[in-house]
Amino acid sequence: MEATVPGHADTHAHGHHGHPPSGLMRWVTTTNHKDIGTMYLWFSFAMFLVGGMMALTIRSELFQPGLQILEPERFNQMTTLHGLIMVFGAIMPAFVGFANWMIPMQIGAADMAFGRMNNWSFWLLPPAATLLVTSLFVPGGAAAAGWTLYAPLSVQQGMGMDMTIFAVHILGMSSIMGSINIITTILNLRAPGMNLMKMPLFVWTWLITAFLIIAVMPVLAGAVTMILTDRHFGTSFFNAAGGGDPVLFQHVFWFFGHPEVYIVVIPGFGVVSQVVSAFSRKPLFGYASMVYATASIAVLSFFVWAHHMYTVGMPVGGQLYFMYATMLIAIPTGVKVFNWIATMWRGSLSFETPMLFSLGFIFLFTMGGFSGLVLAMAPVDVQMQDTYYVVAHFHYTMVAGALFSAFSATYYWLPKWTGHMYNEKLGKVHFWLSLIFFNMTFFVQHFLGLAGMPRRIPDYALQFTEFNQISTIGAFGFGLSQLLFLYNIITCIKGGPKAPAKPWDGAEGLEWDLPSPAPYHSWETQPTVK
Amino acid sequence: MSQETYYYVPGPSRWPLVGSLALLLMGSGAAMWVNHIGAGPYMVLAGFLVLVFMMKGWFGVVIGESEGGSYNKRVDLSFRWAMSWFIFSEVMFFSAFFGALFYVRTLSIPDLGSVEQQMLWPEFKAAWPSAGPGFKEAFTPMAAWGIPAINTLLLLTSGVTLTWAHWGLLKDNRTQLKLGLVLTILLGLVFLSLQVFEYSHAYHEMNLKLSTGVYGTTFFMLTGFHGLHVTIGATMLIVMLFRVMAGHFKPDHHFAFEGVAWYWHFVDVVWLFLFVVVYWL
Repeated sequence: MEATVPGHADTHAHGHHGHPPSGLMRWVTTTNHKDIGTMYLWFSFAMFLVGGMMALTIRSELFQPGLQILEPERFNQMTTLHGLIMVFGAIMPAFVGFANWMIPMQIGAADMAFGRMNNWSFWLLPPAATLLVTSLFVPGGAAAAGWTLYAPLSVQQGMGMDMTIFAVHILGMSSIMGSINIITTILNLRAPGMNLMKMPLFVWTWLITAFLIIAVMPVLAGAVTMILTDRHFGTSFFNAAGGGDPVLFQHVFWFFGHPEVYIVVIPGFGVVSQVVSAFSRKPLFGYASMVYATASIAVLSFFVWAHHMYTVGMPVGGQLYFMYATMLIAIPTGVKVFNWIATMWRGSLSFETPMLFSLGFIFLFTMGGFSGLVLAMAPVDVQMQDTYYVVAHFHYTMVAGALFSAFSATYYWLPKWTGHMYNEKLGKVHFWLSLIFFNMTFFVQHFLGLAGMPRRIPDYALQFTEFNQISTIGAFGFGLSQLLFLYNIITCIKGGPKAPAKPWDGAEGLEWDLPSPAPYHSWETQPTVK
Repeated sequence: MSQETYYYVPGPSRWPLVGSLALLLMGSGAAMWVNHIGAGPYMVLAGFLVLVFMMKGWFGVVIGESEGGSYNKRVDLSFRWAMSWFIFSEVMFFSAFFGALFYVRTLSIPDLGSVEQQMLWPEFKAAWPSAGPGFKEAFTPMAAWGIPAINTLLLLTSGVTLTWAHWGLLKDNRTQLKLGLVLTILLGLVFLSLQVFEYSHAYHEMNLKLSTGVYGTTFFMLTGFHGLHVTIGATMLIVMLFRVMAGHFKPDHHFAFEGVAWYWHFVDVVWLFLFVVVYWL
């Protein structure tokens, strides 16, 4: 097992705090940010495969009209768990993994502020994932109300819903503790001279993300607690006969949910900012405006939640407010895209795999942003609500946005973690296959949505068949392409050309001052930043 | 930012895994319990005991490191940031439930009594307090100027006695510190006893229950979560008292005490909001 873990190679040579326990106990008891980051990343990849298998199950069922392989209840359980596992099990832990590995190295700190709590934040994930996955096998099956768990559906379902509720509580504890750790590390452990406006963009974006997580995860905990008490303890939060309202759930959920979608993508903004600058061999264009734009997006995310709810019967004044507030977000987002392009302008560009994924991010995430603007318009959204157009839109931001930036980050920092270069050609193949199959899967879903195909339904009318078949073939191609990624990482950990301390000549930041692979304990003596 | 460049990084620890085991037991046990599966309550109890064991062990290690001098000013500052953000997360948790209360009072109850809902609920008149159109029994809402007002006074006083205890700690007057802590804990316990009495009165005399429509829902969920936080705060204060008895804390090194005090004041402020919007208005 040890050989397959990045960052392990020089552990003993550089460990100044004595030898860590060996074997499994090392990973169970570790307080080292690199070990914990590694565990986060592998856990996230495992969940990515689990959630991916669920996605392929969904796409298989949708390959042709009629019911083939899944009963409708199972189909709904698949869409629900796919969403929950990808958001809370794959994407969020992946970026916490990057944060663990890179933030101490980038700000010149010895480790995270709270090593033991860091360990706990990680080790809460397996119990939560266990609850989620095993809920498939209890009577009534897993939660089947969609990842949004809307009442009254979520109030009526079986034991799987209760397991999901408690899993969400545990996941919430994990991400709140992780975020408190990250904020404290960034605010208190920076090296002398590393003032806030000198921090790498990845650190800045995580500072903002961690704030969002601490602000909204407790609200989600409140929302699922209300479901729990409505289910079992006779409360009436979502029961109109008792004076409550099912729509109340949607308000509380989306007060969490909209900031959550930025939690998923904002660290990716940081990655892309650093990667584009490195492979353009130019400093980032508009550093300060990047910071302010990210902060503006985070602040605005608290005031736009009901654009997910245009069709619940909101007064027209409310629709107008949420429509304009949502469109306002396009401004700071536009600033960011402009800055990325301006960074490349007249740069000395080269197109290694991290750069390719970041460029893919910029292009496709911008498209996801545009379809978001389409959906933000209340009169248009009334047609689009709950169609495949929405599915296409948010997969452009979640997959081509968050996931592509996570791939970019992995290739960018893999030499630093493992001490080896990955296979560049294989990386490029991974990128192009991912790009092509991603668009094959999701681009056609725009047309399906515009033509009126509803989402979260296992069957569809005949005229949607061709596009669904294209989408399913694309999904399998995308899934299989990820095996190349896994193969590339494993071979990179096991061997490959030695990586220099700074494998990318345009890269900037303290992490490149450390040898590759980074020693087990880095920056025990803090560097001074000028 | 402190210029001290040394930072204490703890060695490997088994306590986090014990905590994860505890939460796995509690989470799966609770899911079984609410679905009336026999082993559920025992699993929750076992998980809770493991959690207490974990806290005793883990906090014991932290206290040992702190008293042993491992924590410098920079570590102290980390604790301050962490506690502040933790309290912020608690504020957001409560705001979800306050938000639900405001929503039912300003939106869902008026809507249920509006012309649009006349066909469905012809008898229903929108007014607060309300248990909703489907709730047919009579109930008495909780009045503000009895026990709740006394409780407000108790909690506000406890904030003063705690600050007085802190002043004692700062000028190394251990008697004042102990006396202030004991008084704070007693005030907290009296508060809790009155809450229990109030709940029992509500259930037995006023026909006011958790299931009494949205009024009962919001009343018991908000005051119940607050009461839970008072219980946690009082427990932490009792731990502080034991530590003071054991001679812990110095005038310039006592963040555990301060963190508990912050938490206590936070619980106090939540109560003020509760008193105004749940009991009074």
